[in-house]
Amino acid sequence: MTNTLNIFKKELKGYFISPIAYIVISIFLILTGWFFFSTFFLYGQAEMRGFFSLLPIIFSFIIPAITMKLFSEEFNTGSYELLLTLPVSSLNIILGKFMAAASFVSIMLVPTIFYAFFISFLGDLDWGPVIGGYIGAVLLGAAFSAIGLFASSITRNQIIAFITGMSLCFLLTLVDKILFFLPESALNFFQFLGADFHFRNISKGVIDSRDLLYFLSVCFVMLYSTNLVIQEKS
Amino acid sequence: MIKIENLTKYFGDTCAVDQISFEIRKGEVLGLLGPNGAGKTTTMRMLTCYLKPSSGDINVKDFSIEDNALEIKKLIGYLPESAPLYPDMIVYDYLRFIADVRELEKSNVDARIKELAGICGISEVMHKSINELSKGYKQRVGLAHAMMNDPEILVLDEPTSGLDPNQIVEIRDIIKKIGKEKTVILSTHILSEAEATCDRIVIINKGKIVAAGATDELKREAGSDFIMQVSLKHNNFEDISNSLRNVPEVNDVILINDENGTIDFHLACSGKKDVRPEIYEVIRNNSWILLEFHMESRTLETIFRELTKES
Repeated sequence: MTNTLNIFKKELKGYFISPIAYIVISIFLILTGWFFFSTFFLYGQAEMRGFFSLLPIIFSFIIPAITMKLFSEEFNTGSYELLLTLPVSSLNIILGKFMAAASFVSIMLVPTIFYAFFISFLGDLDWGPVIGGYIGAVLLGAAFSAIGLFASSITRNQIIAFITGMSLCFLLTLVDKILFFLPESALNFFQFLGADFHFRNISKGVIDSRDLLYFLSVCFVMLYSTNLVIQEKS
Repeated sequence: MIKIENLTKYFGDTCAVDQISFEIRKGEVLGLLGPNGAGKTTTMRMLTCYLKPSSGDINVKDFSIEDNALEIKKLIGYLPESAPLYPDMIVYDYLRFIADVRELEKSNVDARIKELAGICGISEVMHKSINELSKGYKQRVGLAHAMMNDPEILVLDEPTSGLDPNQIVEIRDIIKKIGKEKTVILSTHILSEAEATCDRIVIINKGKIVAAGATDELKREAGSDFIMQVSLKHNNFEDISNSLRNVPEVNDVILINDENGTIDFHLACSGKKDVRPEIYEVIRNNSWILLEFHMESRTLETIFRELTKES
C-alpha cells in the first residue's frame, strides 16, 4: 500500500515537473470555456448542463494524452526495468499510475468550479445537478484514465498509445450514436454499454447504483487487462 | 546465498539461456563473462525478477523466485545496463523516491543519500535533472540507486560500459570496496576487469555455461602450454625454424611477420619447464641479432576466445 502511494506521488509530481500538465490543463480550460460560454448566453438559463455534456468528447482525447506516457515512456527508456526490480508488485505500479492519472483529471476540473459560482451570481443555480455532474465527471475521468493506462501498457510508442486510447474512449462515448440504425431493442443494449449514457444520468443529479457500477466496472476491466498485459511482458 | 538451477529462458523460439546452474556464495564477487548475446543480461534479469524463467528455479537465501519475488527484490540492488533512470527527474528527487520505495526510515533518508553521494561522487549533480547528466554520472546515480538500502546482493550489468578510463578505475574501486562485505554479481566483456575485480568467473556462450571457477583455477585448467614471442633480424625463416625445432619442448614455430629483414614469430611450447635459456642458447650460437623475446602466458583472454569462438 505504501508503495502504491509512493508511485502515485512520483507520477503525480512528474506531471507537474514537466510542462505537460500546464499545457493539457490550459487546452482543456480553453476548449470547455469556449464551447460552453459561446452558447451559454443564447440559452439564458442558469445551469451547467452544456458544460457537462461537452466532457465525454473532450475527455476522450484529453485523457489519452495524459495517460499515454505512463507505461510507454517507461518501456521506451527502459526505466521500467528499474521500476520492476524495486520491491513493488505490478499491482502497486498499476494502481499508483491509475490513481495519479485520475487525480490529475480531477485537479484539471477544479478551476471549472468557478463557472458554477459565476453562474450562481447570474441566476438561480440548482446545485444538485452540478454536484452530480462533478461526481460523474470524476468517475468518467477515472474510467477513461483506466482505458488510457491500458492503451499505454500495450506499446512502447506514445503516439500509438494515444491513438489507441482515444479510439477506445470515443467508441465508448459514441457507441449509441454510431449505431443509430439498429432496432430499438438492440440500441438500448448498446446505449447501456456507452459511457455517455451513464454520464448523462449522473449529471442530471440522479446518482443511480447502476451508473456507479458501470464506471467502476470499466475501471476494473481495464486495470485487470493492463495487469494481464504487464504479466505477459515478463 | 544464491542458487540457480537449470535456469532456462525462451523468447519465442530462440533460447536465450539454456539450462544454467551455478551457485553464488556469500561475500563473493562473481563475474559473468560472455560475448554479446550470450545470455548474461537475461540471466541477471531473471535473478532480479524482471523476467520470469521459462523453466528452472532461482533461490536466494530461502526464498524461491516463484513464490517470494518481493522478498528477493528487497535483498537485491540492481543496476541495469546503461542505467535507464527517469529522465525528467532531478537526481535528489529520484534517490528520494527510491529511498521511499525501499522503505528507509524517514529520518535516515537524507543522511543515507548524502553518504551515497559521497561514495559515488555525485554530490555536485544532486540538483540536476537526470537527462542533463553525462553517461558516467548517470552510471554513478544508478550505482547509488542500487546501493540505496545497503542490499546484501548487488547485481551490476556492465557497470563500467561507456565510462572513461578514470571513471572505470573509480567504479572498480567502489565495487571492490563493496565486494568485501556484500555479494556482488557483475557482467562484463572486458576481461581484464573481470580478472581485476572478480573472485570467481562464469563464462557463458550461447546460453550455456562453458567454464566456471576461480580466475587462477581457470587458467590452470586450461593447460600449461605457453607461447613465446620472438623478433629477430634475419632473412631466412626456414633457417630459424629448423634450428629452433631442435629444442625438444618447442612444438611449432609460427611465422607472424617477415618484413625488411625482421622476422617475428611465435614458438608454441609445451610442458612446465621454462625453456627460455635453451632458446637463447640457440640464438646465441647462430649469432642472430635478437630484437625482442618474451613469454606470453595464457591469459584469460586466450581462454575466453578459445571457449567462445564460433565453431
